[in-house]
Amino acid sequence: MKSLGSIRRSFEPWNDPDAKPYIRFDGVTKKFGDFVAVDDLTLHIYHREFFALLGGSGCGKSTLLRMLAGFESTSEGSITLDGENMAGIPPYRRPVNMMFQSYALFPHMSVEKNIAFGLKQDGMARSEIDDRVQSMLKLVKLEQFGKRKPHQLSGGQRQRVALARSIAKRPKVLLLDEPLGALDKKLREETQFELMDLQQDLGLTFVVVTHDQEEAMTMADRIAVMNYGRIIQIATPAEIYEAPNSRFVADFIGDVNIFDGTVVSADPTGTELDIGGGIALRSDNQTNVKAGGKASLVIRPEKIRVSREKPADTANAMSGEMWDIAYLGDMTVYHIKLESGQIVKASSLNAVRIVADPFTYDDRMWVSFDTDGGVILGEE
Amino acid sequence: MNSNWSRFNIASVILGFAFLYLPIAILVIYSFNESRLVTVWAGFSTKWYGELFRNQGLMDAAWVTARVGLVSATFATILGTTAALALTRYTRFHGRILFSGMVYAPLVMPEVITGLSLLLLFVSIDFGRGFWTVTLAHITFSMCFVAVVVQSRLVSFDRSLEEAAQDLGASPVTTFFQITLPVILPAVISGWMLAFTLSLDDLVIASFTSGPGATTLPMKIYSQVRLGVTPEINAVCTLLIAAVTIGVIITSVLNKSREVRRRRDEQAAYAGR
Repeated sequence: MKSLGSIRRSFEPWNDPDAKPYIRFDGVTKKFGDFVAVDDLTLHIYHREFFALLGGSGCGKSTLLRMLAGFESTSEGSITLDGENMAGIPPYRRPVNMMFQSYALFPHMSVEKNIAFGLKQDGMARSEIDDRVQSMLKLVKLEQFGKRKPHQLSGGQRQRVALARSIAKRPKVLLLDEPLGALDKKLREETQFELMDLQQDLGLTFVVVTHDQEEAMTMADRIAVMNYGRIIQIATPAEIYEAPNSRFVADFIGDVNIFDGTVVSADPTGTELDIGGGIALRSDNQTNVKAGGKASLVIRPEKIRVSREKPADTANAMSGEMWDIAYLGDMTVYHIKLESGQIVKASSLNAVRIVADPFTYDDRMWVSFDTDGGVILGEE
Repeated sequence: MNSNWSRFNIASVILGFAFLYLPIAILVIYSFNESRLVTVWAGFSTKWYGELFRNQGLMDAAWVTARVGLVSATFATILGTTAALALTRYTRFHGRILFSGMVYAPLVMPEVITGLSLLLLFVSIDFGRGFWTVTLAHITFSMCFVAVVVQSRLVSFDRSLEEAAQDLGASPVTTFFQITLPVILPAVISGWMLAFTLSLDDLVIASFTSGPGATTLPMKIYSQVRLGVTPEINAVCTLLIAAVTIGVIITSVLNKSREVRRRRDEQAAYAGR
């Protein structure tokens, strides 16, 4: 995985001003009657990118995917793929293939026939089809299952057939609609890595729609977080997680603590926030907030330290009592109730097997974090 | 378990089945009667079956019925299936409720009215009555039965199958013939069989719309019975019952074994083999 990581780090076409986007959504709007599913959305996706559209149900992510596949028309705006405007091109003439959430395997055809279906439509020679089907079966490790019907396969095998079928035609873009939604947790995690490797090997552009933030974080080069038909933030997983641009994104991705307050001072060296009860929090983060305005400090649980004594040299420290403890094996999550009544979530890695004097309920605790731990978000 | 089978229950079951099947049983038994008199038993014989096949009138009627049934069931299936597709797919067109109501209306329309109105139509446009008028009439009333059967299947049809086919490059026509039709085929076949059976056993509408040389078997039987029941008629009816029974048994056995095989396959798949 190390090599993959280094490849991924060097792959940043979105930061290259000369790079041409492969897929362009420009000012795309989609209305169903009065309901606006996608609202004046502009999005550029690059060649060989693994792109994730992330959001809750009804946020417009699936509609966006379906417009790219050609199943929905755009109400306004244009979609361009590899320089070609997709307007008016029916789904069966688009160089994209889709893996459906329900897999949509043809129940009356064997696995081989399912995979061969798209190749037959292209009028490919019989022997060539057979070769391609066999190599696809090998790719998804289902060589012995070619003659079976979909109902004779387990959920994980069906998922692989659907994948093989959708990449058999070597599409310019593979669209994946909640590709792992129907798998159990363990299988889902394995498959995530397989999909990533596959995408690297084939050099295809993947656009995946998911509501599962962990899935998006694991697989994608970039994530677009969507809500109400708009994109709230597009960034790499690390940026989305560490530097969310809004409360919505901060709250949607992972766990988060949000401290609301009034800005005491804001300058290039950092921001100071009065959160009431005589407590001021400092952050190095500079956002365009002004002294006297409302703002929030947003910080992830693992950036917060928990101790019995007040730590000596920390800018931000607050006292409270231990409210809940959740032991998860690899880490422990503490809920600490501050004097203001707010519950602070803090997590710490269980690096040692046995702790002599573990924290327990009702202990008086201190929570503290560094000035570079959190992000300041202005009022929206 | 014993308490469930009280005398009352047993009596109800026997009475119920007797009510349903005693007339049929008597008809079948008397078809093997030696005597010419239907109600007097004079020993076992199959001679009336022989007579039957020598009765040109009955055989002609049977042949007309078979042709009417095949042609009308086939056209009714095509029209009914397309109607069902339109009604399930295009849910937003204007007057859809009126249209779907109109498709179902013939289901509850008294046959006399259907027959009479068709007769008036054929007379007013001066369409010579005969084989084609009966066939058209049968298409008219049986296509709505097909539409109902196919529509109930289409409601649970996963549209993403069609989208997947189109996504893989199949045109809408190819998609229909290679994906949609094979998947809904069992319902279409059931619809065809229903239409065929309805056509076989229709008397009222056929009486209104038929003309010379196009007497169907039910019409022939009915007119002969008015002159007195002969054992030949019993034999014809026995053969009809046999045909229907065999048809029903074959379809249910096929359905059952397909269901059993499917369930076994699924269990095997989830057991990881």
